[in-house]
Amino acid sequence: MKVALFIPCLSEHLYPDSAISMVKVLKYLGCQLEYVENQTCCGQPAFNSGYWKEVVPLAERFIELFSGKEYIVAPSGSCVAMVRVFYQKLPIKKQLKPALEDLRQRIFEFTEFIVDVLKVTELGGKFPHRVTYHDSCHLTRELGIREQPRQLIRGVKGVDFVEMEKSDICCGFGGTFSYKFKDVSVSMVARKCRYIEESGAEFCIGADSSCLMNIEGYLRKHNMRARTLHIADFLSRSLNL
Amino acid sequence: MMKVSPLKIKKYISQSLHNQQLRQAVDKATDSSLITRQKVVDQIPYWEELRFKTHAIKKEVIENLADYLEEFEKNCVKNGIYVHWAENSAEARRIILDLAVKNKVKKVVKSKSLTTEEIHLNKLLIENGIEALETDLGEYIVQLNEQIPSHLIIPALHLSRRDVGKLFAEKLGVDYTEDPVQLLRIARAKLREKFLSADMGISGVNFAIAKAGCFCIVENEANAHLTITLPKIHVAVMGIEKLIPDFSSLPYFLKVLPPSATSQKSSTYVNFVGGPSRSKYGEGPEEVHLVLLDNGRSRILRDAQLRETLFCIRCGACLNVCPVYQQIGGHAYGWVYMGPIGITLIPQFLGEATGKYAPYLSSLCGACFNTCPMRINIPHHLLKLRKRIVESGNTIIIERLGMSVWAFLARHPHLYRLVTWFPAKIQQLFPKDKSFPVPGYGKERSFGRFDAKGFRKRYKKLEKEESEKT
Repeated sequence: MKVALFIPCLSEHLYPDSAISMVKVLKYLGCQLEYVENQTCCGQPAFNSGYWKEVVPLAERFIELFSGKEYIVAPSGSCVAMVRVFYQKLPIKKQLKPALEDLRQRIFEFTEFIVDVLKVTELGGKFPHRVTYHDSCHLTRELGIREQPRQLIRGVKGVDFVEMEKSDICCGFGGTFSYKFKDVSVSMVARKCRYIEESGAEFCIGADSSCLMNIEGYLRKHNMRARTLHIADFLSRSLNL
Repeated sequence: MMKVSPLKIKKYISQSLHNQQLRQAVDKATDSSLITRQKVVDQIPYWEELRFKTHAIKKEVIENLADYLEEFEKNCVKNGIYVHWAENSAEARRIILDLAVKNKVKKVVKSKSLTTEEIHLNKLLIENGIEALETDLGEYIVQLNEQIPSHLIIPALHLSRRDVGKLFAEKLGVDYTEDPVQLLRIARAKLREKFLSADMGISGVNFAIAKAGCFCIVENEANAHLTITLPKIHVAVMGIEKLIPDFSSLPYFLKVLPPSATSQKSSTYVNFVGGPSRSKYGEGPEEVHLVLLDNGRSRILRDAQLRETLFCIRCGACLNVCPVYQQIGGHAYGWVYMGPIGITLIPQFLGEATGKYAPYLSSLCGACFNTCPMRINIPHHLLKLRKRIVESGNTIIIERLGMSVWAFLARHPHLYRLVTWFPAKIQQLFPKDKSFPVPGYGKERSFGRFDAKGFRKRYKKLEKEESEKT
């Protein structure tokens, strides 16, 4: 199976290790990978801030770069949602619309791809720790991905998986929201971290680096015990890849 | 009463976040609302289907609103209801004041109505020497406290029972008590007196039934019932979007509203007003007036997508589930409609300049859309409103410039990588366990560390190593 990698900004520039983990896991599952040169940002931060005009050329660029690929997989729910859900709201060139329609069917979030396309839930591997899972907003409510990551977590031996309270409540990141209304954002992440702490988990697993950055940033500053772990890192570590 | 504005949102937020007592009250109230709502919703197996149904009915009405309004007016007039059209808040105020003056009204009792809050009716009446008393318990409390409601359904959500006890002792001259039952008794005794002596009752409208020419008010305290039936004149104020086609569509709304608003399967009272008293024994009002308020609604109608925000039945469910509202409460929004639906309405009602911050007060988490009984896609509407704010030039120049530069860079991969390489190099000057402080991101959390190499280089190295191995 041929998979083109869509590496969002945060994965490229801040969390390349998690993206490398995704590469290792996909290879382990027998996928043939391709890195699409010249890819940059899907445009989500500007789109969410209302700068649609600026996003249009980025969206068109993205569609052109990735059109014709069999599968496109990204380690982020919100960036996949940008392409699958929000690109169609933009006034993109008419001749690119069929390509976008096609792209929307072929782009997948990492856990969704493994469970729904590759039909794998038990990867084997071992991770003898207590973990909890944070549902990222766009992943959960724009893409409807709730069970896939949980199935993958449960599929690892030795893992003690506990649900935290309100696992699907927003961590407060919200892109530019975390900057524009930083005090509200901080009080939201404080609560998220309290729920993580109360769950007794050593690791909070998530599927979006942005949320995890926000959560980990607070956990560290406040000397809280738990650490965040991208689900790609979790799987790669369990499998010792 | 304090003059509030959504332009001061940031100031109000800071006040709210520092008010521990307020935060506890909001947290407790929203949390218990969510739990009890879920229990009720779980008992309705066709809940999701109901949401689609109410959405479809409202869509039909809103898309053909002019026709429905015409039909409704005709049928109201047939039933003996005086219909008044108000294009804006000022007109509605004038209509109601004229009615009061003409009928020498001295005392008005009001049942809960956000639409009358929207037009600042109480202030007008009081300034003209007319007593205007709120009779919904929560509204009564916030009126005594000289505030506006902090929640669409639970006006005094921000106050604890101790706050109310102190307020009653101070304003009503009664002995301090924080026992809810005692407090209720005190309010009830005060209000009953007023009901009996009022010469005008003013209410809002939950649903107006076009085909029947009547309207419906849903409540739990019977104060609306008394407001409608006791005074000689009744005035109802409704936004023109409150219409539904006919009686057969009403049950769907009566099914979704109570769980969403008050976590009940059904409300205690559903009042119908279909004209003045027809009984010679004098039950009910002699005159019924209905003020149909536009106040910007027909402007909202023009946008085929955003008009969905007019489907709102003001149940408040989106407030309870909103992680932002849960932190800051309702007063932080600076307007009568708050929370997720409020921030979609603020720029639409008050204009982009006044509403330039409001649609950004959301992390776009989408919990509101999931909960909304009318399936209003609030996060998607917020995105569109943000676009309008940008297009109308209501963002700061630094942000506009920044976005243009960023969009240029993102079209040029080499430059784009260079720009992130730079902060990575700066960050290397800081110890590994400490990321460098990103200005404006807050002292309470650290930002991630930029990686000078990036994924692309690492991936290429990995590929190279693997091809060498084989």
